[in-house]
Amino acid sequence: MRHIVGIAGLLALAALALVGGCGEPQFSDAEKKIIASLALNTLPSLKPDTTNRYADVPAAAALGSTLFFDVGMSRDGTLSCSTCHKIDRQFQDDLPQAVGVGHTNRRTMPLAGVARNPWFFWDGRRDSLWAQALTPLENPLEQAGNRAAFAHYIKKRFGERYERIFGPLPDLSTVPANAGPLGTDVEKAAWNAMPSGQQEDVNRVFANIGKAIAAFERSIEPEQTRFDRFAIDLATGAKPEGDAAFSPEEIVGLKLFIGKANCVTCHNGSRFTDNSFHNTGVPPIDGLPPDRGRVDGVAQVEADPFNCFGKFRDGDESACRELRFMVKDGPQIVRAYKTPSLRGAASRPPYMHAGQFATLDEVVAHYSKAPIAVEGVSEVHPLDLSDRERAALVAFLKTLSD
Amino acid sequence: MASIWRYILAGLGLAALLVGIVAAVYLTLPQSAPGPDLSRSKKTANGLFLASFEPERGAVRQGELQSWLLTLKTAAGAPVEGAAITVSGGMPQHDHGLPTSPQATDYLGEGRYRIDGVKFTMSGWWQLHFGISAAAGSDSVVFNVVL
Repeated sequence: MRHIVGIAGLLALAALALVGGCGEPQFSDAEKKIIASLALNTLPSLKPDTTNRYADVPAAAALGSTLFFDVGMSRDGTLSCSTCHKIDRQFQDDLPQAVGVGHTNRRTMPLAGVARNPWFFWDGRRDSLWAQALTPLENPLEQAGNRAAFAHYIKKRFGERYERIFGPLPDLSTVPANAGPLGTDVEKAAWNAMPSGQQEDVNRVFANIGKAIAAFERSIEPEQTRFDRFAIDLATGAKPEGDAAFSPEEIVGLKLFIGKANCVTCHNGSRFTDNSFHNTGVPPIDGLPPDRGRVDGVAQVEADPFNCFGKFRDGDESACRELRFMVKDGPQIVRAYKTPSLRGAASRPPYMHAGQFATLDEVVAHYSKAPIAVEGVSEVHPLDLSDRERAALVAFLKTLSD
Repeated sequence: MASIWRYILAGLGLAALLVGIVAAVYLTLPQSAPGPDLSRSKKTANGLFLASFEPERGAVRQGELQSWLLTLKTAAGAPVEGAAITVSGGMPQHDHGLPTSPQATDYLGEGRYRIDGVKFTMSGWWQLHFGISAAAGSDSVVFNVVL
C-alpha cells in the first residue's frame, strides 16, 4: 500500500512538472489578448498627414534629412536637430536634460514612431510633427536661430531644392538678416517693423522647413524586439525558440506589467503609450525653472501660429480634432506629462521628463512607492512590489530593447 | 449481474452528490460585484427623456478619436430638438476625467446629436455624463462604457 501511495505521488509530481515546470508560459486568454495588443505586428500603417501636403513627398523627406543633420540650422552654426536627436542613439542624447546653445529643462525624446503622436514634446505644446520641428530652431536654449535668418539660409544654401518642392521662394531682399517674434529684443523689433505680408512670406518658408523635416522623420519607425518575437509566437501557438524564449523572470515581469503593476493601463498598444498626459508624482529637479507640464503645454499650443487651426496647415480643419477636443483645464493636467513609449527604453537612461531617474530600477521603485505629487494629483497608487517583482519588471522591460 | 447494477447505482449516486456539491458551492460563492450598467439606451435621471448613446461607426476602438450619437426622445417618444448638451466624464476607478473634451457638434435630425471627440485611452470602466436642456426641461444621464 505504501508503495502504491509513493508511486501515485511521483506520478502526480511528474504531471505537475509537465504542466507547469518546463518553462512553458502559462497565460490566461485575457493575458494573451493584452500581450498580442502590445506586439509590433499590430502597429497600423502610418496614416497620411493631411496638414502637411509634403509629408510623403520623397524630395521633401530628402531635404528634411539634409536639414536635420545640418549644423547651419542654428544661431552659431554648431548645432542641428541631430545634436540632441543622435542617429546612433535612438535619436536621443543620453543626457538628463538636453543641451543646445543653453541648458534646457527637459529630457530629449527619442524619435521612433514619432509621426504617430497626436501631441509633441513632453507637455504636448505642439500638435503636429512639422510644428514641433520648428520649435527648437528658435528656442534660445536649443538651436537659437530666428526665422528670417533661416529663410535667408534656405535661399542661399538650398534654394533650388526648396523651389523644386515648395515652389518659388518669396523676395527676401528687404527682409532683415535677423528677425523673429521669439528672438532677442533687436530681432523682435526687426520682426515687428516688417510689413505683415513679409512676415507671412517668412513664416511660410519657415513652416515649409518644418514640413520637410517632418517628411524625413516619418521614416523613423520602431524596430522588432525580443518581446515582439515572443508575443508573435505566443499568439500563433508556436514555441518561442532562441532569443524569443523568455526566462521565467521575464515572464513574471510581463505578467506584472499587464497585471498587478498596472503598467499597461497607460503604456498600452504596440507603442506602449496611450498618447496622453498623466501626473505620476515624478519630483521636480532643484535648480530648474518651475515646470507645470501639460497645463502650460495647452496654453502654448493654443497660441502657436503653426498649430492646426493656423493658416499654414494644408488640407481642411477636419484634421484638427485633437486640438479642437483637447482638455484645456482642470487639475488632471497640472504636472501631467506624456506617457513615453517603452520601446528601447532600457538602453537609453536616464528617465522621465527631466531625467530624474538614472536607472530602470529607480523608475520601477518610484511607481511601486507612488509618492504624492508636489503639485496636482498623482494618478498612481502604491504597489508595494517585492525586490524580486521589481527586478522581474526590469528584466521584462529589457526585452523591449534587445 | 446484480453487482453491476449496484455499481451503476453507486456511480449515479456519486455523480448526483458531485452535482449537488458543485451547485451548493456555486450558489454560496460571493456573487462577483455587479458591473456597471452597460445599457446603451435609458431614461434620464428625472425621466424627462429617453436617451440612447452609441458609436457613430460600429465598434469602440481604444486610443482613437471617435464620434458617437446621442439620440434623445421625450417620454412620449417624440424626438427632442434644439437641446443644449454638455459632456463630462472620466474613469471612476482611476479618479481622473476624460482625456479629451467631447462636444455635441451637430444636430442630425430626429433627435440625434453627434458627440465628437470621444477617446478612450485605456481599458477599464469609463463614464460619460450628459447634461441636457431642452423645451421639456433639464435632465441628465450617465452612460457606462467598459473596454
